[in-house]
Amino acid sequence: MTPSRLRGSLVTAVTWVLVLAFFFPVAWMVFTAFKPEHQAATVPPTFAPDFTLDGFDAVFNRDMLPYLINSLSASVGSTLLVLVLAVPAAYALSIRPVVNVRDALFFFISTRFMPVAASIIPVYLLLQSVGGLDNITWLTILYVGVNLPIAVWMMRSFLAEVPRELIEAAQLDGARLGTEIFRVVLPIVMPGVAAAGLICFIFAWNEFFLANLLTAQVARTTPPFLTSFVDGRGQFLAVLSAAATVAIVPVVLAGWIAQKQLVRGLAMGAIK
Amino acid sequence: MTVLMTAPTRRRPRRPPPAGSGRARGLAVSRALLWPALATSIVLTQIPFVLTIYYSLQRWNMLRPGDRGFTGLDNYVSVLSDGSFLSSLGATVAVTGSSVVLSTLLGMLFAVLLDRSFLGRGVARTLMITPFLVMPAAAALVWKWSIFDAATGMANWGLGLVGLPPVAWNTELPMVTIIVVLTWQYTPFAMLILLAGLQAQNKDVLEAAAVDGAGALRTFGSITLPHLRQYVEIAVLLASIMLLQVFDPIAIMTRGTGGTKTLSYLLYERAFIGLEVGEAAAYGVMTVLVTIVVASVALRTLFKVFSTEGVGR
Repeated sequence: MTPSRLRGSLVTAVTWVLVLAFFFPVAWMVFTAFKPEHQAATVPPTFAPDFTLDGFDAVFNRDMLPYLINSLSASVGSTLLVLVLAVPAAYALSIRPVVNVRDALFFFISTRFMPVAASIIPVYLLLQSVGGLDNITWLTILYVGVNLPIAVWMMRSFLAEVPRELIEAAQLDGARLGTEIFRVVLPIVMPGVAAAGLICFIFAWNEFFLANLLTAQVARTTPPFLTSFVDGRGQFLAVLSAAATVAIVPVVLAGWIAQKQLVRGLAMGAIK
Repeated sequence: MTVLMTAPTRRRPRRPPPAGSGRARGLAVSRALLWPALATSIVLTQIPFVLTIYYSLQRWNMLRPGDRGFTGLDNYVSVLSDGSFLSSLGATVAVTGSSVVLSTLLGMLFAVLLDRSFLGRGVARTLMITPFLVMPAAAALVWKWSIFDAATGMANWGLGLVGLPPVAWNTELPMVTIIVVLTWQYTPFAMLILLAGLQAQNKDVLEAAAVDGAGALRTFGSITLPHLRQYVEIAVLLASIMLLQVFDPIAIMTRGTGGTKTLSYLLYERAFIGLEVGEAAAYGVMTVLVTIVVASVALRTLFKVFSTEGVGR
């Protein structure tokens, strides 16, 4: 082996050690989820436990399903609404002439930077006065407000990459706006729509602050529900790990499968 | 952010309208496409912010509903003279600053390592983005109870392996636990942006440098790093903006103890535990002001990139 190849393998080995160290907390969580409770928190750690599904059983016996369904409806609902609003807006900003493109874009991106602290008190009081607390529809609507600017920003970047000639050709052919959008532009930017949708879904699924504050029992979503697994009286690590594993699976799997879109979406949203 | 709405003054000339359709009609269509999103955004974010400003000028505790009225800047005076605002600002800067710096440095390291081609690179990248996908509430819980627990946590077990004494992470070093978790979650984010930067590098220049006999370190220092500068700036600024409002790990792991009471947690405590609407609203406005300082720097950078690229080309 030449010195440079040796060095290469060394760097590869270091890379793998670091990557695995970084991934360790996730792996350990999943591992702990399959342990019986008495082997979950031991000194020293149990590396060869009696694998069991008891933790997952306990999680669903505590009725996790309604919380997952709430999370799912808030995330999917808000993502769809966001896309319906963001795609036309981004289209107007990047392909159709609008008077103040920069002003509008500037507005969207600056609302993204506005902390929730800026609006949470009036939102809470308003929802309280109309009986909108602990209501999944209101939570969904608020998630639209949170994610809309990101989606507009990302979609604008993706739409800017559509070859102008293609649209002009369609317009010369006398294509109506609907045809222009649905037949010509949308098929090209579909990966972009998927990327923006995925990122909105992830943010909504993982959101804790608003969910914790604005929901109680009926509309409670998964992130605040997870905290209820911490039990001051006894051992809870296996059940907690099982619940956390269930909670992260949808987003982690989606992110892994659609990794290309995710990376592109983040890069587009961040850089362009 | 209403203050930031003073948009850049230099405006690009408008593109000529598409052939075959009237200019006015084109504009009307565009407005119709744009307005639903714009209106939604205004209703859901701007109007509440205006209300927050209004509340911040009121004497209003939910426990004393009768005693409510205009107090001018009294809430701001008490916020600024209280001391908790300043210490909270310090906590916010410490948490945000260290997590951002650490995740950018680690993100750079991983970006460089994962940019090389090696066996299993795809898998390694997949594993590396996972912490960013993990629900922050789940991450906070698992780190607190599974890794940092003083008796049974993996951190102390690891210290024991190399002969070091155990540390009471959660009770004695809450700040460290928060920063570690945030760094863990944001390193993949920084890595992805920096990786995009590395991939956008002009390969010819790198080859030319290699032909000229420049070593790997020299090439990285004088070609790659300057090229990455813009990407580093973006990673730092976006991460700062997200981390300035961070709430989940603080609420779940420390409840603001040990110097971790950031502005967003302080506001939550005042408003929803102390029920001090007026004062909490003042905290909200102050938080926005702090964010604006960071965000305006961020926006300037983003728009610098943006204008060199050109609006919609």
